[in-house]
Amino acid sequence: MELTGAQILLESLKQEGVQHIFGFPGGAVIDIYDELPKSSIQHFLVRHEQGAVHAADGYARSTGKVGVCLVTSGPGATNTVTGIATAYMDSIPIVVFTGQVPTALIGNDAFQEVDIVGITRPCTKHNYLIKDVRELAHSIKEAFYIASTGRPGPVLVDLPKDVMQARTEFEYPKTISLRSYNPNYIPNRKQVKKAANLLAKAERPLIYSGGGVISSEAGEILTRLARRFSLPVTSTMMGLGAFPGNDPLWLGMLGMHGTYAANMAVNNADVLLSVGARFDDRVTGKVNTFAPRAKIIHIDIDPTSIRKNVNVHIPIVSDCLNALKTLDEEMGEIESVQWEEKHGDWVKTVKGWCREQPLKYETGQSGKIKPQYVLEKVYELTRGEAIITTEVGQNQMWAAQFYKYHKPRTWLSSGGLGTMGYGFPAAIGAQVANPDKLVIDIAGDGSIQMNIQEMATAVCYNLPVKIIILNNSYLGMVRQWQELFYNKNYCATCLDTAPDFVKLAEAYGAEGHQVDKSEDVVPVLKKVFASPKTCIVDIRVEPEENVYPMVPAGASLTEMLLV
Amino acid sequence: MRHVLSVLVENEPGVLSRVAGLFSGRGFNIDTLNVGPTLEKGVSLMTISTHGDEQIIEQIIKQLRKLITVIKVVDLSDTRAVEREMVLIKVHASENSRAEILRIVDIFRCKVVDVSTDELTLEVTGDQGKINAIVNMLQRFGIKEFARTGTVAMKRSMQL
Ligand SMILES: Cc1ncc(C[n+]2csc(CCOP(=O)(O)OP(=O)(O)O)c2C)c(N)n1
Ligand SMILES: [Mg+2]
Repeated sequence: MELTGAQILLESLKQEGVQHIFGFPGGAVIDIYDELPKSSIQHFLVRHEQGAVHAADGYARSTGKVGVCLVTSGPGATNTVTGIATAYMDSIPIVVFTGQVPTALIGNDAFQEVDIVGITRPCTKHNYLIKDVRELAHSIKEAFYIASTGRPGPVLVDLPKDVMQARTEFEYPKTISLRSYNPNYIPNRKQVKKAANLLAKAERPLIYSGGGVISSEAGEILTRLARRFSLPVTSTMMGLGAFPGNDPLWLGMLGMHGTYAANMAVNNADVLLSVGARFDDRVTGKVNTFAPRAKIIHIDIDPTSIRKNVNVHIPIVSDCLNALKTLDEEMGEIESVQWEEKHGDWVKTVKGWCREQPLKYETGQSGKIKPQYVLEKVYELTRGEAIITTEVGQNQMWAAQFYKYHKPRTWLSSGGLGTMGYGFPAAIGAQVANPDKLVIDIAGDGSIQMNIQEMATAVCYNLPVKIIILNNSYLGMVRQWQELFYNKNYCATCLDTAPDFVKLAEAYGAEGHQVDKSEDVVPVLKKVFASPKTCIVDIRVEPEENVYPMVPAGASLTEMLLV
Repeated sequence: MRHVLSVLVENEPGVLSRVAGLFSGRGFNIDTLNVGPTLEKGVSLMTISTHGDEQIIEQIIKQLRKLITVIKVVDLSDTRAVEREMVLIKVHASENSRAEILRIVDIFRCKVVDVSTDELTLEVTGDQGKINAIVNMLQRFGIKEFARTGTVAMKRSMQL
């Protein structure tokens, strides 16, 4: 049967198993919106296209499925760029459909025309401009395939209006093969054997895991491997949740705001097993003093990650899941080693560091609420069962440090790009995908204002997302740098003009609470977590609280500023 | 070190900007770039000469391979390769200098492709060294126009 481009798009989405999309209409995509009510796909109308992309991203991070959004041409398309770049930096599978002016007008500076394929070329895994309706189904299949395989990432498909109106015979391709794209999922056995032997000789081994472990669903095997062979574990911020945060072998996050134990362990390890992490500068600090005593094994599905920032001894290009499974087998075959005994002293040393310098904060004097305390209580009250999203800044770091993540896909945060305004729309996406879960956005008073308009979206669809604002009346993380490295020159970081967040919540038809005293934190959180409504909790915290430990930018990991 | 990369790509709109954007976005160098069709429909060959230390070159090659539209990347510097560039040179040729220019043409085994009363247009093919050498020789007569291709290169059949 002949279908229009718009019908083909929706039919293809159905074939891909898409149930929910996030979007915002306009002239260039009105044909698609005209068909939408006839489709089984549920559309969530956001209030800004950036929100649509972050929502699709939160949907993807919390489920592992591909997140999808649909926007119009021109400004609709350019509004997606920050969201796309956010997903790109964190390797999140999303497909973004943008409207485009009719093919005959492309290049003419037509109304609401932008070269979005050109604009997003460096921040998508791949992108398409569809010039012929006969290519449409095939390109959509490719888009989903590319977004979700290998190292995942965002793919953009630009849809000219006339292509949406044109008709052709519809057949959705069952399979796809691309001669120029064949991600390698299977590790080289020899390399894995070498890695196993190296780990068997190690006296002070350490696992450094990253977001790749989450995206390849390798959390379980990572946990098994670490416990079976007594390997302490640290992870990047992106990797939180892959290894249970309450396990005795867990050292906490490493890097700029990593724990003392994790950074000391990296500094002293003799073998570093890096899995699905990419040696980002926020993780390594001064790169030539990173893991100075260690031989490095690096597992990553993306060959470009290997030897990009540090030299490695055993590179393994593979999906993390398969690599860890194989490594588990190979290590299991080494019978001569009593792993637990062999690593006993090292584990003791590492645990010693955990006890010596745990994550902590000063309590008392001012009577103001400590943001870290709020996170501890959120963790206790949810027993680590919630999905936590974050904004960016101090709020994000405290959420990474003081909440313990037990399971993969319960921590959604913009790592690589550090996008303020990510957390709330991402929470909306996560809540759509996980209607029965408690979804909490840990927010800053600055960041939350970057996508606050999505309150309308959350309320409209009865999404009971909880926004907890750690309100310090500052762009706190920038203020912290100004305090520590710029003589307290608090230029442009004071946010003393702010909306009344309680009234703002109410204005949107949501629930709002303000908390000024520590003793009110728990009762209000309890009430809010039990509420069926979208809620904002404005918690007035110590304004000049800092995030510690902190490794100043460009310093070595051992040069930590502690509380 | 200088490297010559042979990059087979899907010939579709935007492929050149994907490759060029990769180099500019990541701060890699392109010294010369040559693109043309191959015998296979829909496939083009890019020959890119670039330079950098080993780690940079390794990144360039891996990043190129990561582009969805790139089919194959070969580093010709790892092999024995034939390399050629072509240049068209319009040189000032007076009655006095014409004979000498033609002698140079002879020595370098290049061709005269256009003549007028006071100009000669030469076609020169060779590796970078040869082209630089003839340019040096001709400069003093006055080069009026100059158009140079980038390197094209190919692995030699016999690898010693
Ligand atoms: C879109 C964007 N603009 C600017 C920044 C730089 N930046 C990083 S953290 C931060 C402060 C965030 O303030 P707030 O949301 O109040 O969080 P806090 O650090 O106070 O917890 C800023 C401005 C950013 N990360 N993202
Ligand atoms: Mg703040």
